[in-house]
Amino acid sequence: MSQQIAHVSYLKLDPKPHLVANECTSCGARFFDRRNACASCFASDFRTVDVPTEGEVTSFTIVALAAPGVPVPFVAATVKCGGTSVRGNIINVEPTPDKVKLGMKVQLTTFSMGADDDGLEAVGFGFEPA
Amino acid sequence: MATDDIWILGIAMTKFGKHADKDIVDLGADAAMAALRDAGVSMRDMGVLAAGNLMGSGGFGQQLQKQIGQTGIPVYNVSNACATGATALRTAIMAVKSGEVKMGLAVGAEKLAGAGLLGGGGQAKSAGKKWEPKGRFGAVAPTDGRIGTDTMPGTFAQVGMEYGHKYGEVSFETFARISEKNHAHSVLNPLAAYQKRFTLEEIMGDMMIAYPNTRPMCSANCDGAAAAVVTSGEVLRTLSPDQQRRAIKVSASVLTTDPYQEACQILPDVNTLTRNAAKIAYEQAGVSPSDLDLVELHDCFATAELVHYDNLMLCPEGGAVDFLMSGAPWRDGSTPVNVSGGLQSKGHPISATGIANIWEICHHLRGEAGDRQIANAKVGLAHVIGLGSACGIHILEKAA
Ligand SMILES: [Zn+2]
Repeated sequence: MSQQIAHVSYLKLDPKPHLVANECTSCGARFFDRRNACASCFASDFRTVDVPTEGEVTSFTIVALAAPGVPVPFVAATVKCGGTSVRGNIINVEPTPDKVKLGMKVQLTTFSMGADDDGLEAVGFGFEPA
Repeated sequence: MATDDIWILGIAMTKFGKHADKDIVDLGADAAMAALRDAGVSMRDMGVLAAGNLMGSGGFGQQLQKQIGQTGIPVYNVSNACATGATALRTAIMAVKSGEVKMGLAVGAEKLAGAGLLGGGGQAKSAGKKWEPKGRFGAVAPTDGRIGTDTMPGTFAQVGMEYGHKYGEVSFETFARISEKNHAHSVLNPLAAYQKRFTLEEIMGDMMIAYPNTRPMCSANCDGAAAAVVTSGEVLRTLSPDQQRRAIKVSASVLTTDPYQEACQILPDVNTLTRNAAKIAYEQAGVSPSDLDLVELHDCFATAELVHYDNLMLCPEGGAVDFLMSGAPWRDGSTPVNVSGGLQSKGHPISATGIANIWEICHHLRGEAGDRQIANAKVGLAHVIGLGSACGIHILEKAA
């Protein structure tokens, strides 16, 4: 079995792919990046929590013009997973306003981003219709 | 006039568009010297210079002094994304208000013609790659395009769509109607980069950038500069009747940033800081949204203008679509919005924008707006958002 690495550190591949957040132990605010302190209450203790893998599309756009090297069109969206807002692309669906809808139920999925020169495979995530 | 009131004594903007033969300092100097002439004062009268420029080499304020007057006064080089111009103005206002200086000059200038798509870092070529986690997200590769979008049109498209999710779906056509209005308004503005009216069909049928924003629904990158001279009521009293007559009162000057909200790490929240700034501004000025004769708001994209009707409380909460469809924000409506043509047609030379929108309001309040004059305009509001975020709101009133 080849070695894998997640695209971002808040994507965990085992035992099943899911996202994790840094949750402020004092106010419960959740963040996906490395934190110095909580933006909401300024406390500096965090715990790692799992984010639900299913959610609802709360906003989206279909990007037709992007920076060089970014394949278009693609659907960029915000997805509410339980109480946590997540940013991600909607994939495995035709990128048209007929097929992508506000309020649509989606679930986390992963895809290969290819291997590097050492054979390490990067794995990305997106959301697909549930 | 109360001694501690703040007044705009002079204000000017260059034509927005392509200025191939001018550099940033040329543009800034044109606007600054025109604002000083408009005010009837000189660099010798200025106690402070606040200078805004984002895309240049840095030290814009000092470069500008070398060309328009080196008097040794302090320069504040400011940078606050699209709110840079408003931040420069607010800096000069704070200096006057503190009593440290009698007059201040604020300048914003940008060269952006042909800049293309803003935001969006793109993705590196894959040759000779090694997946190594980098940055605060431990990302082994760029996230733009794989985990959402960093482009400005895409970010603000989501801002508009989010409004639709919250208050009831907003159609592509509804968003396009905002641009139909702004481009129609631009025909009367000789300083606009583009003065071309589009039909709704032309707007919807144009090149898609980030659904639902097509190209004419996006702000136009261009070159331009704007500048303003501010002073106190105490000083204004000592000036000529003509200077007093043309001076415009700054009834509110507010700058806010985005307070923490649950989803703000995912999609910038341009709503809460605008609403907060608006509340403070209305209270400072003692005016209500219904008192406004015109509004220049930050229509960087059609999808953004819609949410700011609501954020600036020009309509009841959730009522932005009804407000638009009633015709209220057209120049003959109850609350004319972006009679300059807005950033979509007037253009958006980033650092100039936050002073140019105030120039537009002042122009109407002075009764000097010619063909596009809003009759008997007495109170106006200017709003900008810099993503990241910063919001500047100024409420302006005609001299009594
Ligand atoms: Zn906290």
